[in-house]
Amino acid sequence: MKNLWFHLMPYKDLPDDFRETHPSVWVDIDSNLLDGKRVHEHYHEYLDELEYAGEVGFDGVCCNEHHQNGYGLMPSPNLIAAALTRRTNAPMICVMGNSLALYNPPTRVAEEFAMLDCMSGGRLIAGFPVGTPMDTVFAYSQNPSKLRDRYLEAHDIVMKAWTTRETFSFNGRYNQLRYVNVWPRPVQKPHPPIWIPGGGSVETWQWCAEMDYVYCYLSYFGYKAGEATMKGFWEEMRRLGKDRNPYRAGFLQFVGVAETREEAYRLYKEPAEYFYGRCLHVDPKFASPAGYQSEATIRARVQSQVAQAAAQARLAASAGGSVRTWDEIVDAGYVIIGSPDEVAEKLREVCVNLNVGHLMLLLQYGNMNHDLVRYNTKLYADRVLPQIRDLFDAEWEDRWWPKPLEHRAVPRAVA
Amino acid sequence: MVFFAGIGGLPRWTPFLDALASTHRVIAPSLPGFPGSADFRHLDEYYEWIVAALELLEATGEDSVDLVASSVAGPLAAEVAGIARSRIRRLVLIAPFGIYDAADPTADIWAQRPGPDVLPTLLCSNADQWKRQWEMPAGEDPVEWGLHLTRSMEAAARFLFPMGNTGIEKRLYRVRQPTLLVRGADDRVMPASYQSRFAARLGGPVVTQTIANAGHLVELDQATELARQINAFFVDQQY
Repeated sequence: MKNLWFHLMPYKDLPDDFRETHPSVWVDIDSNLLDGKRVHEHYHEYLDELEYAGEVGFDGVCCNEHHQNGYGLMPSPNLIAAALTRRTNAPMICVMGNSLALYNPPTRVAEEFAMLDCMSGGRLIAGFPVGTPMDTVFAYSQNPSKLRDRYLEAHDIVMKAWTTRETFSFNGRYNQLRYVNVWPRPVQKPHPPIWIPGGGSVETWQWCAEMDYVYCYLSYFGYKAGEATMKGFWEEMRRLGKDRNPYRAGFLQFVGVAETREEAYRLYKEPAEYFYGRCLHVDPKFASPAGYQSEATIRARVQSQVAQAAAQARLAASAGGSVRTWDEIVDAGYVIIGSPDEVAEKLREVCVNLNVGHLMLLLQYGNMNHDLVRYNTKLYADRVLPQIRDLFDAEWEDRWWPKPLEHRAVPRAVA
Repeated sequence: MVFFAGIGGLPRWTPFLDALASTHRVIAPSLPGFPGSADFRHLDEYYEWIVAALELLEATGEDSVDLVASSVAGPLAAEVAGIARSRIRRLVLIAPFGIYDAADPTADIWAQRPGPDVLPTLLCSNADQWKRQWEMPAGEDPVEWGLHLTRSMEAAARFLFPMGNTGIEKRLYRVRQPTLLVRGADDRVMPASYQSRFAARLGGPVVTQTIANAGHLVELDQATELARQINAFFVDQQY
């Protein structure tokens, strides 16, 4: 199986009373909280961490796209990925991804991803999210009623731009492009692997199956909450006659490793509470604009809400309210903590149970300091990763992994 | 008389329509996506929505009508009045969308917190009026009933998102029919300044009215008083 190191790039100086004094971490977050000098430090620290993850043996490093967001300082993940192409040479670079409907024209994505694939020597994984309502509908004012159709059309443009040798015109519903002929084209042929981050919508599962793309469930709520979604995904794959190749799927999990569980409990408490308390403080008015979800998804959600409500009631009863304190976070499985052996055993169980071949790991979260990030990353790489790396490989082939150039150029030292 | 409903459309016949119908024959066609209508997701451009509104008027079989339009339907009614003048004798616009002033913004009707009282309180001075309008009939599927409102909010977004600015200010001079502009004194969606901006740019005679104890959807809060004002305006603006 593959282990990918994922960075959200949170702003680490949100005040202690952020929840009480600010309505939202996203969209209309107070820009007075920003200190440019700190952001400068953050970027270099975070790039160091991604590069370090590549050095110590992670299969890939991931970045993603958020806008007007206090826990994601990457409005342009392509800039981060470009920096990574120069200072890493081994790990795959997973841009998770570019929200296709936000780019005008969408050939911009075809161009920039092609540049990244060339710069990295064919190490790019191309992620195509629809994007959250906060990012797309509110920060970028995209029409919620047209977003998905625009996304699908933009996808068609990018794929055609990568795979058609001749200059062509694209006469679409939302895009009319007279001359499409992107330069450069990706190194990987016919194109980099496509991974689709999604929520639990059946239409996305079906589309991934139809297009033979990887489906990634990027939830911040861990393996327990993710189980129903991943089981639903695999049930749909079975119904569509697809095999159970675990590399069809990706899954995100927060992890904190230390020598002992007690030590992990002590070390990761503050950054986890920072993340779940402050970084997820999103004004609910941005959560569900009419038209963002299809009617089919609304109908399916409402039907399954009976089950969700029962589960949430149990959780709330046991936790005494919303899940934000460290004990609740650990109990709910949002963050897996423990010794290397305990974490390896749990992750093995989770990946088998969810049948996930691409495990995306958040080993930095909230205001975690740089030394702790390195400690968590190194311990995972040295003592967890070797225990789970072999999973699935005897039985399944990862058909969705990049195929880099065998001989890749190495940046020369500055004279 | 034809009525184009505002936010949410017409999930049922209303006291306002009854009040109008005491003196007029009232036709209340549903705009695409609003309760009772056909699909709307084939309509991409604002122009296509104007054509759809014009086609609804044509479908009434009447050569010429008085047109009353509320809220999100307001700009479509005004556009049709400007390009198909002979079809519309007199125009009544209740808190119409269509313009946006960054210095005096409208409420963002698409960014509202969940909760049973949020939308009713935003749209009506008396939230119970909205709740009565949207009370689910016996035997109705609650999911499908809820989708009527979601769909109508999406339909409005399709031609008004993100700010309701359709550029109509540049074209309002074409509306030469007598026009009554009405707003609720307690409107929490549309600031009072929007009425005067509309009035200043219309090309024909304009009467403005503010109705007390009414929110954005005046036709729900003050059905009788609004019908009375409309009739008084028609008496003054006899054809």
